[in-house]
Amino acid sequence: MTVLVAGVVAARLGVNQYYYFAAYVVLQYIVLATAWNILGGYTGYVNFGTPAFFALGAYTAIVLIKSVKAPLAAQLVAGAAVAGVLGFAIGYLTLRLRGVFFSIATLALAVVLQTMFINWDYAGGARGITLARPAVGPLGASYVEFLFVVMLGLAVVAVATARWIEGSWIGRGLAAIRDNEEAAECMGVPTLRLKLVATTVSGVLMGLAGAPFPYYLTFVEPTSVFDLNYAVNSLAMPMIGGSTTWIGPVIGAVLLGTAQQVAMVTISSALNLLLVGLILVAFVILAPEGIVGLVQRLARRRGGGA
Amino acid sequence: MRVETLLEVQDVTKRFGGFQALGAVNLHVRQGERFGLIGPNGSGKTTLINCISGTLKTDAGRIVFAGQEITGLPAHRRTRLGIARSFQIPKPFVSMTVLQNLMIPVEYSGRGHGDGVVDEAMGILEMMGLAAKAHAPSAALTQIEMRKLELARAMAARPRLLVSDEAMAGLSSAEVDDILAILFELNQRGITIIMIEHIMRAVMRFSERIAVLDAGEKIAEGAPDEILANPRVEKAYLGE
Amino acid sequence: MFSLDLLLNALVAGILLGGFYAVVSLGISIAFGLLDIVNIAHPVFVMLGSYVAYILNAQLGFDPVLTGVLFAPVFYGLGLLLYQIYYASFERRGAESLRGLVFFFGILFVVEVSLLLAFGVDYRLVEASYIGESLRIGPVGIAYRLLVPCLIGMALTGALYLFLSRTFFGRAIQAVSQDAFALRLMGADPIRIKRLAFGIAIATASLAGALLIMIGPVEPAMNREYIGRVFAVAVLGGMGSVGGTLVAALILGIVESLTATFSGPSWSVAVSFGVLLLVLAVRPAGLFGR
Repeated sequence: MTVLVAGVVAARLGVNQYYYFAAYVVLQYIVLATAWNILGGYTGYVNFGTPAFFALGAYTAIVLIKSVKAPLAAQLVAGAAVAGVLGFAIGYLTLRLRGVFFSIATLALAVVLQTMFINWDYAGGARGITLARPAVGPLGASYVEFLFVVMLGLAVVAVATARWIEGSWIGRGLAAIRDNEEAAECMGVPTLRLKLVATTVSGVLMGLAGAPFPYYLTFVEPTSVFDLNYAVNSLAMPMIGGSTTWIGPVIGAVLLGTAQQVAMVTISSALNLLLVGLILVAFVILAPEGIVGLVQRLARRRGGGA
Repeated sequence: MRVETLLEVQDVTKRFGGFQALGAVNLHVRQGERFGLIGPNGSGKTTLINCISGTLKTDAGRIVFAGQEITGLPAHRRTRLGIARSFQIPKPFVSMTVLQNLMIPVEYSGRGHGDGVVDEAMGILEMMGLAAKAHAPSAALTQIEMRKLELARAMAARPRLLVSDEAMAGLSSAEVDDILAILFELNQRGITIIMIEHIMRAVMRFSERIAVLDAGEKIAEGAPDEILANPRVEKAYLGE
Repeated sequence: MFSLDLLLNALVAGILLGGFYAVVSLGISIAFGLLDIVNIAHPVFVMLGSYVAYILNAQLGFDPVLTGVLFAPVFYGLGLLLYQIYYASFERRGAESLRGLVFFFGILFVVEVSLLLAFGVDYRLVEASYIGESLRIGPVGIAYRLLVPCLIGMALTGALYLFLSRTFFGRAIQAVSQDAFALRLMGADPIRIKRLAFGIAIATASLAGALLIMIGPVEPAMNREYIGRVFAVAVLGGMGSVGGTLVAALILGIVESLTATFSGPSWSVAVSFGVLLLVLAVRPAGLFGR
């Protein structure tokens, strides 16, 4: 709650519009990274197709805007629902198989969906679609500031959800699945059901992140929505921040997200991506528990060591 | 104690591609019995256990537990019905403490997720002699402690049938006795136990009846001394 | 609009494409099928092979096949290095497959973006005397740019099959997936065997890449289309069966070609995904799997 209020206050401060855009992107990554981590870090199933869920949220919003000029709230709900259904569907099809096949399916999903949207002219097809964004938000400030607050709210929701799951019996069950699925199943953990919950929740959150995107950019075309950025960042941020707890994705998103926003004005986006990729590989090899893990190790050494 | 059949394995067959791991195996285990399952390496013991626990699907045959057909049920449902097993190679949940490891089966075997979970888990740890290590990371346990944890986890599911899959492999003589004592104690409490072991003195001491598997088929069944004297069994272990 | 000619041409193109898919999938068949290493980065190494062939073709006029063969040892070395890192970081520690998967994704990503930085998003292609020409047999046109890769593909498959079944190392590779312990008893080091096998797997990417750019223009993002295809082929063929890989690749090639001809080319990528799911649902051991 306090975070939201702080956000609204900050919004009214009327800082340079550019900061709202940048902060929006970082917040968006908090949502995506947290969503990814529920399935990835908590349950141990790697989703390579974040863009698919994100795009579904965005395109559902586009359809609603174009057809009935629906309000943002409706877009959010619809985007979340559709992405959630996709998450459930892909889970249902592949989660009974080995984890690697789920991951490959998510990869294929992203490619297939991108093809679909490129061929779907109603939503702009390959050329993309331009949308008119309302000028003023319901709080009186500019719509961009309003979107910032909305994304802030979504980030709070996402993190709160992850936190709740982590501390609950669901989270414990997911951790058991991650550590040893066979043993978990033999101990009474309904692995398929829990995995489906994780995939659906993850999908819902990613869809939520995508729904405000059309209004944010006012121009949407498949290449930008399916940008490699989303695929690698939603994975790198939790892995670098620390994948076993809710705070890892947040740290990763804030650090990496801000760094990238800063870097984007100096280096090309491709170089930026390359660096993210290299950092990811380095962390996976050298510091698999992420920043959170490193901090914990340091604390343990200080606390109980010589 | 009523002498009723708790577990019935009828004509169970399991193939892996072209290789037949189990060929029409028949078994029955009585309520409260101490049942031993032995056989040379690769004879299909673990495969049979996997089929009973639900980790593997059978290609043919039926499995009936406490009068209920469980052949198609997934493993976690069978656990709820009362079948528990320990793993040959201990599979602790490495990211969790010992206590947390135990909380999973306690919570998920149908007892809900309320407050009594921690108490019950601690109770089991005390029985196993692991209470002191409750908050230690499970990855840091010694061999025998890990085996005890395996048994503890199987116990936490409040099973009617417990399958102990080579819980004593690689342990010292004193440690073997330690585990054996635990198993006897559990049986005293009314739990039917199937023990798979290579340590003959343990199996012979523990079991009321023994079945012998070789190359996926049951070649002998009976009381321990009958099995010891059986020439087919000797041949299976020592070869021609 | 259906015509026999169209069908025939689609079938032939499918067979030819399938022969090529076999080459690309051989690496996965070894790495995933025999060594259980989920190397999703394999297709991006194929892309690397394509770009190497492109450079040598554009700068020095080398025939792509020549480049592919020439650089196979380099790729082999790359494979050895990659396996060493993978082994030291993951396999030895027995870490969850999550990290191994993310590792290969990271590699995939780094290579793809590097190629993007170096070559941009434009399509690149190679020139050789036979590309662009075709053979006509009756109503069917057989383009050389498809025929050559297919033939080479079959040859490589045959060579690999012989290697795996007739040589000591080959049989050791097949054995290592089943019984590393027995191998040690025979005096062979399983780690060395696996490293060698993985090296071979990546080496095939060199040639596969050269063939790929012969078939058509390439750009870095294409590798992701191929991930679905190669895993579909590997699973359909039965993990680790070289002959199975060839058959599965032909089947996939034909189905894709027919889909592209009659439903439009953009759906052909979805085909491999569909095939993979179908196989996993119906017969996970594949056609020739153990």
